Amino acid sequence: MNANVGWRINWRTLLIVAILSVGALLMVLPYYWMVISSLKPPEELYTYPPRFTVLKPTFAPYRELFTMLPMARSLLNSVFVASSVTLSNMFLCSLAGYAFAKLRFPGRDAIFVALISAMMIPWQVFLIPGFVIVKNLGWLNTYWALIIPNLAMPFGIFMCRQYIMSIPDGLIEAARIDGYNEFGIYWRVILPLVTPALATLAIFTFLSQWNSFVWPLIVTQSSQMRTVPLIIAVLNGQFGANFAMIMAGALVVTLPMLLVFLAFQRQFIKGVFLTTIRE
Amino acid sequence: MRRQLDWHPIAFVFIAPALLLFLIFIFVPLFASLYLSFTQYNVLHPPQWVGLENFRQLLFHDPRFWKAFRNTVCYVVGVVPIGISTALLLAAALEELARGKQLFKVLYFIPTVTSVVAIAAVWKWLFAGEKFGLINYGLIQLGLKPVDWLLSPTWILPAIMIMSIWAGLGYNLVFFSAGISTIPQTLYEAAKVDGANWWGRFWNVTVPMLRPTLVFVVVMAVINSFQVFDQVYIMTGGTSEGTGGVLDSGLTLVSYLYEQGFVRFRMGYASAIAYLIFGCVFGLTLVNIRMLRSK
Repeated sequence: MNANVGWRINWRTLLIVAILSVGALLMVLPYYWMVISSLKPPEELYTYPPRFTVLKPTFAPYRELFTMLPMARSLLNSVFVASSVTLSNMFLCSLAGYAFAKLRFPGRDAIFVALISAMMIPWQVFLIPGFVIVKNLGWLNTYWALIIPNLAMPFGIFMCRQYIMSIPDGLIEAARIDGYNEFGIYWRVILPLVTPALATLAIFTFLSQWNSFVWPLIVTQSSQMRTVPLIIAVLNGQFGANFAMIMAGALVVTLPMLLVFLAFQRQFIKGVFLTTIRE
Repeated sequence: MRRQLDWHPIAFVFIAPALLLFLIFIFVPLFASLYLSFTQYNVLHPPQWVGLENFRQLLFHDPRFWKAFRNTVCYVVGVVPIGISTALLLAAALEELARGKQLFKVLYFIPTVTSVVAIAAVWKWLFAGEKFGLINYGLIQLGLKPVDWLLSPTWILPAIMIMSIWAGLGYNLVFFSAGISTIPQTLYEAAKVDGANWWGRFWNVTVPMLRPTLVFVVVMAVINSFQVFDQVYIMTGGTSEGTGGVLDSGLTLVSYLYEQGFVRFRMGYASAIAYLIFGCVFGLTLVNIRMLRSK
């Protein structure tokens, strides 16, 4: 009887593991296909039946990617834009978040509500005037257009404010009595305590900037200013039949974020909740 | 003697950069695009006031707008329920495991950290026509007929939907699995005593207890999928068919906005589309918040 129950439980677990594994296989298969397709010479790419292994792996698609397109420059652009935006958000959002959480000033709540409400509005509404403003500032096709509008995003301010609210007022009062000015309090007291929230903010800001597509698509024109996802769009448009090269491009976009994700998986998965506490 | 202020003027310095950016790139554009939606504007010449003409044109004389609207609604109605119920079932199964949860979460979560553009490019290759695409190979193995997914007016939208469901699965799964782990085990024990099988426990304990999470995830999924663009741009692109794919079968509201605004430079018309999308999303959110409050 007991043995029977034990056997049944194992069988159930086995079934669950089987279902989840089939699902996981389907999640990973497109990535596997991306990698092996990017290494296939043309005669192996278009075969029937399709092969799950590569007989003569070649790096030619990657060579083409870096020689026929300014791929290296795009990688540099993406790294530069995403890093600048991330650093700036860490500083400006925590600074503003401190003001909204712990300092009194007229209009504080109204301004904060306005910032938060903006997160609920579909981005398409800001797209066209945003483009016109950037154009009139003469920023089209420059780093300014890619970086400046995103320097302090409402979401980051919201997250920092929520986090800083949980810091006891006593700490701030004590620092004030010790003669720190407000910036000193921010720098010496708040910033060290808010590091976990800033780490999450950094991860998600970098990720969203790295993968950002629509804004770079409309504000850049020359091939020198493209960020990495735009290269995929260009490949898709101009080299539509060269799937090996497209897969190589997709891998170049995917790999850096995938490595960061695997290194910080728990922060990522926990961070999902921090990044979506709205309302 | 200097009187101590009861508020901190320095606070305005602290919020100044954020506030300035907010005013220039969010607050002003919000009203600017409302103004532009009543004008004809091609960037080169100053906007010309046309009143409600853009909206009249869109709503009554533009079949492509309605095609985009229908496609978007189909997309939302397909992706949200299938995506969410699959994620929920998988999460319920996952939470029964004693070990290995994190591994599965990581595997399912990978698409969430991948550029949608890259994912779409990979799926375009998976969906490739004739016999070269992996998916058609799978169909042939199952004894089915291969489909020319991305070049067929019938199949292009389902192809985009399948890709989107796949890409969104892990994100929802992580939410649901966290929600399920907070449900008291005693409820399941009680249901077991009452003789409920797995499905009965799922339907009568997990789903009702998960309602707040469920409503939240549905709200976000509806809002996000209503604004689908990146994958549509890639999967309908690269052919001579324009933004919408064959016969506009893959045209969504945001891709139509993109085409009008940034391919044809009809910025007034595109702004009107933006405000119609805003209206739809706002309406959908109100309906969903009412759902939230009702419990």
